[in-house]
Parts: sequence; C-alpha cells; structure tokens
Amino acid sequence: MIGLGSMLRKELLEQWRTRRMLVVAVVFTALGIGSPLLARYTPELVKALAGDQFQIVLPPPTAADAVSQFGKNLGQAGVLTAILLAMGSVAVEKERGTAALLLTKPVSRGAFLLAKLVAIGTTLLVGLMLAAVGGYYYTLILFESLPALGWAAMAGLLLLSLVAYASLTFLGSVLSRSSLAAAAIGIGAMIVLAILSALPSVGPFTPGGLDAPGAALAVGKDPGAVIGPLLVNLAGVSAIFGIAWLAFRRQEL
Amino acid sequence: MAAPPNEVAIVCRALTKRYGSVVALDALDLEVPTGSVFGFLGSNGAGKTTTIRLLASLAQATGGDASLAGVAVGDGEPNRRGLFGYLDQDPRFHGWMTPRELLDLVGRVYRMPDADRRTRIEEVLETVGLTDASRRPIGTLSGGMRQRLGVAQAILNRPPILLLDEPVSSLDPEGRVDMLAVIRRLGGASTVLFSTHILTDVERVCDRVAILDHGHLVTTGPMTELLERYARPVYRLDPEDDQAAAVAGLVTGLRAAPFVTHVEETTGGLRVAVSDAADAGRQLLAMVTAHGVALLVFERQRPTLEDVFLQLVGRRAHEPGAAA
Repeated sequence: MIGLGSMLRKELLEQWRTRRMLVVAVVFTALGIGSPLLARYTPELVKALAGDQFQIVLPPPTAADAVSQFGKNLGQAGVLTAILLAMGSVAVEKERGTAALLLTKPVSRGAFLLAKLVAIGTTLLVGLMLAAVGGYYYTLILFESLPALGWAAMAGLLLLSLVAYASLTFLGSVLSRSSLAAAAIGIGAMIVLAILSALPSVGPFTPGGLDAPGAALAVGKDPGAVIGPLLVNLAGVSAIFGIAWLAFRRQEL
Repeated sequence: MAAPPNEVAIVCRALTKRYGSVVALDALDLEVPTGSVFGFLGSNGAGKTTTIRLLASLAQATGGDASLAGVAVGDGEPNRRGLFGYLDQDPRFHGWMTPRELLDLVGRVYRMPDADRRTRIEEVLETVGLTDASRRPIGTLSGGMRQRLGVAQAILNRPPILLLDEPVSSLDPEGRVDMLAVIRRLGGASTVLFSTHILTDVERVCDRVAILDHGHLVTTGPMTELLERYARPVYRLDPEDDQAAAVAGLVTGLRAAPFVTHVEETTGGLRVAVSDAADAGRQLLAMVTAHGVALLVFERQRPTLEDVFLQLVGRRAHEPGAAA
C-alpha cells in the first residue's frame, strides 16, 4: 500500500474542501434530531390533521418508536448519500485524467482505492456520529434515557450497512468510466439486497438485516444473532474491495 | 550501433501496442541516451502518446518490452515511478486544489523531507512562472497555466527521466519560448523524452530525434546527423517585383532541370530543392540569367527538420504497403 498516507490525506481534504463532509454532517444531524421529534409528535400531528371528524386511536409514542424512526430515516437517506458519495469517486478521476496523474507516481493502485473508500467511510462516520449524538439527546429529552453503548452499537451497525452500499457503488465506479453507471450499479444492488432481505434465511445477513439487531441494542434488548451478520457484512465489504482492486490493477488509464 | 547500457536511459525492444485490429505502435526499437533531450516526432496518430503511456505504465504493451534507467516497465511496481516524471498532453488536476497544494501532495508521495519539499516547491513554481498564481484554485487557471503546472509536478522530485507529451502545445508564444528554455536546461541533469508534432520546437531544444509514422519508427539519430543524411540542399530565390512572365519561365525551366527535385512558389519567391548542391551552385544562377530574371536574394538555406520530416514521412506514404 505504497502512498496510502498521502492519498488518504488528499482524499479527506477533498471531502472537506468540496463540502461533501459538511453537507453529509448537516443532513445526517437534521435526520438524527428529527427522528425522535417525528416519533414524539406524529400522533399529535395526525390528530390535528384528522380534526374532529375521525376518531384515530394511536398508542402513546415510546423511545422504541424514536429508535425505529432513526433507523428508517438514516437507513433510507443514508443509503442514497452513500451511493452519491461513491458513484464518482473513481470513475470521475479516470474520466478526467487525474487518476493517471497520481498513478504515475509512487502510489499503488490498492492505496489509491483504499484511501478513497476510507475517506467515504469517514464522511459517513462523521455524519452518523453527529446524527447519533443528536438523536440520542433528543430521545433522552422527549422520552427516556437509553443505554448509550447500545445506541452507539446501533450507529455502528448502521455505518457498516451504509459502507456496504457505498462499496457496491464504489465497485461500479471502478468498473465503469461513468459516475451514472456506477450509481445505477449501486441502486441496482440496493434493490436486489432489499428483495433478498425479505427472505428469512438470507435476510439477516444483508446490510438491511443489521437494522433489527441495531434497534434491539439501542433499547437495551437482546439483539439475537448479530455476530454472524456483522462478520458477513464485513467480509462482504472486504471482498468487494478485493474485486475492485483486481479489476483496477490492470486497467488502462 | 547500440549504446552501452549505462549510457542509455530509455530502451524499447519491439514494443507493440494493438487496440483490436488497430496497431498503434508496431515493434518499436528505440534507445534514448542518458542526459539527452530527445525529440519524439510524428503527426497526430503516429504513436507518440501511446509510447509514452506505455513507458509510464498507463497502458500495457501487447508485445515487446521497455525499460527506464535499466528497470523494466510494466510490472506495476510503484517504486519504479520515482525514476520518471510524466506530463500528459492534456494535463488535468483536481480543481479544488491550489498549485501549491498539488505540489505538496506530489512531494509527500515522493517522501521528500519537509524542508526540501517546501524549498523545492518554491523553486519549481518560480521556474515555470506560477508563483503569483500558486494560491489560486487550479480550476480557475488557464490551459497554459495548467500545462506549466504539469511541468512543475513532473520535475518536482528531480527525476532522472522526464516523459513529456506535447509539453508546450497549450502555451502562448512567449510561454512556449520560456518553457522550451526550461526543457533545454533540464537536459544533462535529466533525460527528456519530448513528444511533439511542432518541428521548430524540436529544433530549438533537442539534440536527438526519432520520427514515428503510423506506429513505425522511420528514423532516429542525432539531429545534425539526420539533417546531413536526409535534408536535401535548398536554395532560396527572391525575384525583383514585376517579372511574372520571366519568373514563370524560370519555374518551368527549373522543374525540367535534372538536378532539381522540387520547386515551391512562396509569397516572396521560390524554394528550390536540389539533389546535388555542387551542380546546383554552378547551374542555378546561369538559368536565372538565361530567363532574364533579376534577383533580390539568392541563398543556400540551412536544411530544416521539417525538410527531413516531410521527405521521410512523405516517402513512406508513397511506399507500397505503407499504412493509409
């Protein structure tokens, strides 16, 4: 991994300078804070909208609803963000010729790719950390205190899920010279994984399958079998990176 | 005769690149002596960029092999890349960076110590005339400035070999002269392989030349040797004004003369290429006098690389089996 340090420094600086990290931080924080707010006030909003004509009975909201809302919001918007971050990461550099500039210097192709994937993961991590802190704090104010470690574990599993989607799009970006093609691969993978997640035998091992154990951990319940899905997803990300590296190693720039 | 290995910086042996049925480079054999400024000449599509991309490991050869400073090309070993600086014909950079930041990144990649890196960045910015623009985002720089920055990043680590693909093509005339002077100064300390289709640039800075045509090496050697070997003597004849009929008669006579190979009518007069300078020296003025043409200028011109290029590439185009 020759040149990894320099490349990682460049990639992180790029995430900051191009304001990607800032935008992700703002969007994720808003989603994180908004989730417990939405869970807490949804029944009142529904009642206000329905007026006196309809009698709608909703159970009183709980901290579990806030956790569920957090997972849904960050899961959906987060996946799209992960795809947006990864789609042009390699394809655009190949298309513009900036990859050739760097790869004629003492930078290995593995280091070039790893720095990019780590930088994308870091941006998602920063966003998710802010979202988790905001979400936890508002859940505490509006509902009750939840185990902080469990909440952090939920955020960690969510991060792994987002990195898995990002890595699939990243692979598309390595294989193609177009960021749109990469995005199509990422969205296609998202749809396929969503279908697979509905299958009882396979579902828990998909990135989306990490949501349920995450939610259980956040409210202090038993998550069930989580180590297996965790390892499968980690192995999946590593395998995808390996395929990307093998494909990129012999590509002409 | 092949030069000894330690005196050769770049070696290509039967280097070949095919794209499907298209042969971009056909069994190129080339040796670039250490310390030379080597002009790599050819029309668009001749194979110059392909060769440089193969040497820089940006593309993989279909056949043959090559080496830079004795180290084989193509094994993908990143450490090898410290041996050469590379400039693309259309250099692109990250628009959000400043030139100073880009050079800092390049210096870090080459693991230059902090103090040396900072000093060297100032030096190369000064060399390519980008000091004043060094804190502007690269995205706001002109094409010429980007090309200067391309040269700066290529020479930052003082590489022994420089692969420069059309390094002055986007520069204005003043910038071109400055940059050619920089390239000339680099010779000796570095070996410079400099591709271009602008022949006058090569004449200004290069001591050796290779001419490529449709992926084939046409000739290679020291510039002076090529000029002596291939350039035919050329005479310039500028007649006085208002002699159209007499000049037309002279042109007809010259075209029929056995020692004349080509007559070109230019704005100011005639350029007459001859096969035998001694014969021409004796007979040309006699023909001018016989046709009653009064001359302003009569001189034997120094043959140019353009004459060599046109003669060699033009001749190949007419050879049976030459690529279309």
